[in-house]
Amino acid sequence: MSQTHPEMHERRILHTELMWSFGVGIFVAASLSMILFTAFTISVNPPSNVERLDPKTLHLSGEFAEHNLGTTVGSDGSVTVRAIATQFMFLPRCIVVPANRRVTLRFASPDVIHGLLITGTNVNTMVVPGFVSQVHTEFTRAGDLLMPCHEYCGLGHSEMWATVQVMAQDEFKPGSDGRISCAQR
Amino acid sequence: MRNAERLCLAHFWVAFAAFLFACAIGTWQMWVRSPLGANVGTPGQYFMSVTAHGVSMAYVLTTFFIMGFGYFVAVTALDRALPGKLWAWAAYWVALLGVVLTVIPIATGQASVLFTFYPPLTASVWFYIGLVLVVAASWIWCVLMLIAMTEWKRENPGRPVPLAMFATVANAVMWLWTTVGVAVELIFQVIPAALGLVQTIDVGLARTLFSWTLHAIVYFWLIPAYIAFYTMAPRAAGGRLYSDTMGRLTFILFLIYSLPVGMHHLLMDPEHGNATKFIQVLLTAFVAVPTLLTIFTITASMEIAGRLRGGRGTFGWIAALPWERPMVLATGLSFVMLGFGGFGGIVNMGYGMNAMVHNTSWVTAHFHLIFGGSVVIMYFAIAYAIWPRLTGREYQSRAPLRLQLWLWFLGMMIMTLPWHWLGLQGQWRRVANFNYADPIIAAWGPWVIVSFAGGIILLASAVLFVGNLAALHRGPALGIVRPLYALAVHPPLRVPAALNGFGLWNVLVLVLMIAAYGYPIAQFLIDPSPGAIVHRVR
Repeated sequence: MSQTHPEMHERRILHTELMWSFGVGIFVAASLSMILFTAFTISVNPPSNVERLDPKTLHLSGEFAEHNLGTTVGSDGSVTVRAIATQFMFLPRCIVVPANRRVTLRFASPDVIHGLLITGTNVNTMVVPGFVSQVHTEFTRAGDLLMPCHEYCGLGHSEMWATVQVMAQDEFKPGSDGRISCAQR
Repeated sequence: MRNAERLCLAHFWVAFAAFLFACAIGTWQMWVRSPLGANVGTPGQYFMSVTAHGVSMAYVLTTFFIMGFGYFVAVTALDRALPGKLWAWAAYWVALLGVVLTVIPIATGQASVLFTFYPPLTASVWFYIGLVLVVAASWIWCVLMLIAMTEWKRENPGRPVPLAMFATVANAVMWLWTTVGVAVELIFQVIPAALGLVQTIDVGLARTLFSWTLHAIVYFWLIPAYIAFYTMAPRAAGGRLYSDTMGRLTFILFLIYSLPVGMHHLLMDPEHGNATKFIQVLLTAFVAVPTLLTIFTITASMEIAGRLRGGRGTFGWIAALPWERPMVLATGLSFVMLGFGGFGGIVNMGYGMNAMVHNTSWVTAHFHLIFGGSVVIMYFAIAYAIWPRLTGREYQSRAPLRLQLWLWFLGMMIMTLPWHWLGLQGQWRRVANFNYADPIIAAWGPWVIVSFAGGIILLASAVLFVGNLAALHRGPALGIVRPLYALAVHPPLRVPAALNGFGLWNVLVLVLMIAAYGYPIAQFLIDPSPGAIVHRVR
């Protein structure tokens, strides 16, 4: 296979390369189209609410004061969970949510960077001091799930996790104040 | 090249000593996390170990290897003496001092912040000063690479810079851009906090600056592997490089697209909006281009070699390749790992899939497979290829070299494929131990043990690698020095100025960086986010 071989002609090489580049272009365009398509049609977007909150004072008043933490059902039926991620626990340590209903999860950190995921779901966010992290989701099955801290936050990091109790719709009965806590099992 | 050989060997031995140490403690960490090692070690020991593993692999192995390899390429590809040899040695000692300063606080437990050191968690100030010294030393290396290329161009007007050197300088230029983010974070935010000069830190800004460095640094580590693909593998296989121009374009694309994409590491972060995230995801998609072009060009080059050796048919040329040569074998194994790892990378890029895998074992698996697998196996191949020239000695047998490469490949696959699976199951990363009494976690146990077995194979391979190199220092004297660098099918006589230097591309990088990072950084300068209180690890 010398340089005079027709396959090795300079123009032939360029032609082959352009063909391949065309394929690469199609591949890149297809990948991006998928991301855009799912973002616009079924709202697959990263948690990006960009909401600032002072980590030094968030526990004193407002939505992340202790009495506001946990699950709240609004008068319009919306379900909101508020939790604090702190060295080395989540407050509250157990979160209750209804199955098959849209839930808004809101997290904040008073100290260092944390992060969380809920096993078997698409819930995943960093919790960065100075900001509120917000995730919308719908839990599809009743049962207990793990919610661990997934960003290193200090030597006690491995012990930092909470439980998410997903209740069937008919078991999920908030009190008259719209508040509901985990069932003791 | 007498002195240059000592310079290269000094760099490589620091790199590989750090590598062997990091492999050993990495294997220990896998044991501790597995059901077999429950109750072994304390979290303090574990996170000290993870910090040491990350720093050794990501900062010491890479920086020293790349500097040593750059000096080697500058001397051999340009065929002229290295300019500023005293500066090179000064940089070496500064970097080594930096490593010592970094290691002491890690070993005393005052820097268990992992190699990503996300504030407001803060380590001893010496940890950061040591890292800054390593980076500063690498800047001297960058300048020396630029000077070597500029002097060669002056002596050889109009001639194209040899591809190996062109790529090395592309990496140096990219590294200068890359390190700006982390340098600003360290000097203006983290070090003042570690010194106690400030009590709070803007974490949103710190994460954004770190992300500037976080992706491109991986390409800094990766480019030596691509240099071997383009300039060494075709020659080792007995063929020609399919296209020199494609090589140049690939390295230019790496320079351009590895920088304005770091925010894809922050997709799950609350401090940036969807629009800025999407701009960087858009640019991230283009990062796949240089790798896809490389797979094509190198496969075509290998096909030339296979057919020259008598290979026939659509796939017959593959069997005809000289797989007994370490460089050829490593290239093949690297491509397999690049295939799996590249697929994983494309998954990471999508918003929806990223939410499934962010900060799970999938991510740990991804970068171990891409960097530890496809890149580091090429570091081995490069070391095996150039060690005879550095030492003036010859291998008695190449069998231990092949065994070592195969062990590394098998170990990496056995370790990282279960990690990918566990990540999809939701196994989170960066923890010292798992509660295997929990039914969800208990189901992961067997796969964790399989990946631990992969880790043991990797450690065996690492020991064999260092043993192979050490043995060569006592091998028989080198007979014939074979040419190292591949010729192109059509060696370029002249190339456009744009493909022979980086002036134009630096302007483009600047424009893209302003587009991608201008607003995300400016927002914190215009209106700082509420500061978080500095937390010292001890």
